Amino acid sequence: MQPVTVITGTMAPLYRADVDTDQIMPKQFLKRVERTGFGQFVFHDWREDPDFVLNDQRYASATVLVTGPNFGSGSSREHAPWGLQQHGFEAIIAPSFADIFKTNCAKNGLLTVELDDDHIRELVALAHADPAAQIRIDLPEQTVESAAGVARFDIDAHTKHMLVAGLDPIGLTLQHQTRIGEFEARRLAHRPTTA
Amino acid sequence: MSGPRSLLEKVWDQHVVTAEAGGDPALLYVDLHLLHEVTSPQAFDGLRLAGRGVRRPDLTLATMDHNVPTTDPSVPVDDELSAKQMRVLADNCAEFGIPLLPRGSANQGIVHMVGPELGLTQPGMTVVCGDSHTATHGAFGALAFGIGTSEIEHVLATQTLWQAKPKTMAVEIEGRAPFGVTAKDLILAVIAEIGVSGGAGHVIEYRGEAVASLSMEGRMTVCNMSIEGGARAGMIAPDETTFAWLEGRPHAPGAHADGSASFDAAVEAWRELPTDAGATFDRVVRLNAATFQPTVTWGTTPGQSVPVSGRVPRPEHTGDAEQARRALTYMGLDGGEAITDIPIDRVFLGSCTNARLSDLRAAARVVTGRRVADNVRAMVVPGSTLVKAQAEAEGLDRVFTEAGFEWRQAGCSMCLGMNPDVLAPGERCASTSNRNFEGRQGKGGRTHLVSPEMAAAAALAGHFVDVRDDPRAGDATEARDTRGA
Ligand code: SF4
Repeated sequence: MQPVTVITGTMAPLYRADVDTDQIMPKQFLKRVERTGFGQFVFHDWREDPDFVLNDQRYASATVLVTGPNFGSGSSREHAPWGLQQHGFEAIIAPSFADIFKTNCAKNGLLTVELDDDHIRELVALAHADPAAQIRIDLPEQTVESAAGVARFDIDAHTKHMLVAGLDPIGLTLQHQTRIGEFEARRLAHRPTTA
Repeated sequence: MSGPRSLLEKVWDQHVVTAEAGGDPALLYVDLHLLHEVTSPQAFDGLRLAGRGVRRPDLTLATMDHNVPTTDPSVPVDDELSAKQMRVLADNCAEFGIPLLPRGSANQGIVHMVGPELGLTQPGMTVVCGDSHTATHGAFGALAFGIGTSEIEHVLATQTLWQAKPKTMAVEIEGRAPFGVTAKDLILAVIAEIGVSGGAGHVIEYRGEAVASLSMEGRMTVCNMSIEGGARAGMIAPDETTFAWLEGRPHAPGAHADGSASFDAAVEAWRELPTDAGATFDRVVRLNAATFQPTVTWGTTPGQSVPVSGRVPRPEHTGDAEQARRALTYMGLDGGEAITDIPIDRVFLGSCTNARLSDLRAAARVVTGRRVADNVRAMVVPGSTLVKAQAEAEGLDRVFTEAGFEWRQAGCSMCLGMNPDVLAPGERCASTSNRNFEGRQGKGGRTHLVSPEMAAAAALAGHFVDVRDDPRAGDATEARDTRGA
């Protein structure tokens, strides 16, 4: 995975609560067996509305999506973060994220930033007023900087470390193979197998 | 000695392989990994790319459910992409030695149906699957949660996952559910109370008399929808109901002639799992089941619901007027309508929430000897091939077909509409599934979530009705046996 450190660019404002992964990546696109090619399908049904923000050319090259609370609720489909990332987003800023979605983003190097609602509303207003307004997210420093000011965000140390170093989580876990083997040796005898 | 612990903490402690400094996150061992065709192909590709294998194919099980057509399994699948996804799953399982329940096999079904049916889901286990409704398995006192494709790959390669320890939330439901109120109504009431993100970061333990008196199937309905309240997992302490349900199932302890532990020894270990007296939770929510009513959702999140006797709210009377307005526009409602005045076009009785045998029995009691309204198209999709066979053995298929319902093959079907079963734009559906998101059951489709009894009654009337006014509802309650035996 590519390391994630500093993200710069412009913002796409989509302030809605409870945006679910069925909206981010509708089911008809989940039939693909590949991991790429999802960018064009992101928010497919909402994009039929000509006024939808991502149809506005001024937001077409935004690298940061600024959105409402509980973003990414519902289905565990990782196709949602794949689509957002392949569309060109490198970070999503929201007051809160759904748990599975947040994990899926981290595994793909798509940064999720939680800020308080007041600051997010300022960012949304800023992006509406000036689509070219710049934003800078510094993961090592845990700051978001824009004309709306500087805000600090929290992120758990483990996720931050994995992102900043761009580590392969499976490779890291495999270093614990001996421990896993020892655990298996003492697992309870009544646990079933599928064989 | 550690102090009093909750059910979650006990299961957690039993599965920590190793932990980072400070204990967070921990590397958790996975006892059972369930797979289906939609979220797994890219995980297998990842393994191949890195030259990795599957550590424990014998703790892994795959089924085909999301894409399968619910028509005759001997007829090839029309949709080329769906057919390919199923073929790819079969190839991957063959390559890595993973047991598979393919379309047409006697044990095929929705992934959250087959684990429990086979006795693979047991108290105290960790269960994961690339599907957010994995929470269902928590009904057995397992820690079960949905994961994404990258995590599927991680579990395939290592049989473990790094997890931050979740916070604990107790949802205490005192009292007994009144007549006509099912497990579905119980969980819809919980979600209405805590909100669709209220459980974020938490594992919920459902407790109290109303929960303890639920059947195993009702408990699965409740835990299934934990994710609709934002919680990745929901759990219920195992008890006699749990043990009785498990005994004798194909993979239950003692059932295998492989010298594994006896059933009684397992039960003895399982009895240690329930939350200790004096254990504390990070958050406690208290509800009284006596106040619950049959519930209908009116909007586009599962938290937007009202009792069937109520009215669709006016946006200005909700917490987020703008969101409510959006939802009402999508749903083709103005706000202020009596729920029982809302006419429906379709009925879907299915999904991993409400397509178990007791659900079909309860709906059949309401339906027996009556006809689906002329303007309604109604279908029953059993959750698994086993449930379908059991229902047919009882003659439930005939009850439904004689009333004008379609009787289908098992699968996810119109719960998410990846197969040909979808709503047309603008069609309004009474559905026993778990999500009423925009477009979930078909682009432009309008979903109202209800219990099986309520769905059946609506099919007959052509609009929502209060199942408590139906003389058959008493029979349905008996057939379902949710109020305890
Ligand atoms: S029935 Fe619906 S909720 Fe359940 S696994 Fe299938 S698609 Fe998911």
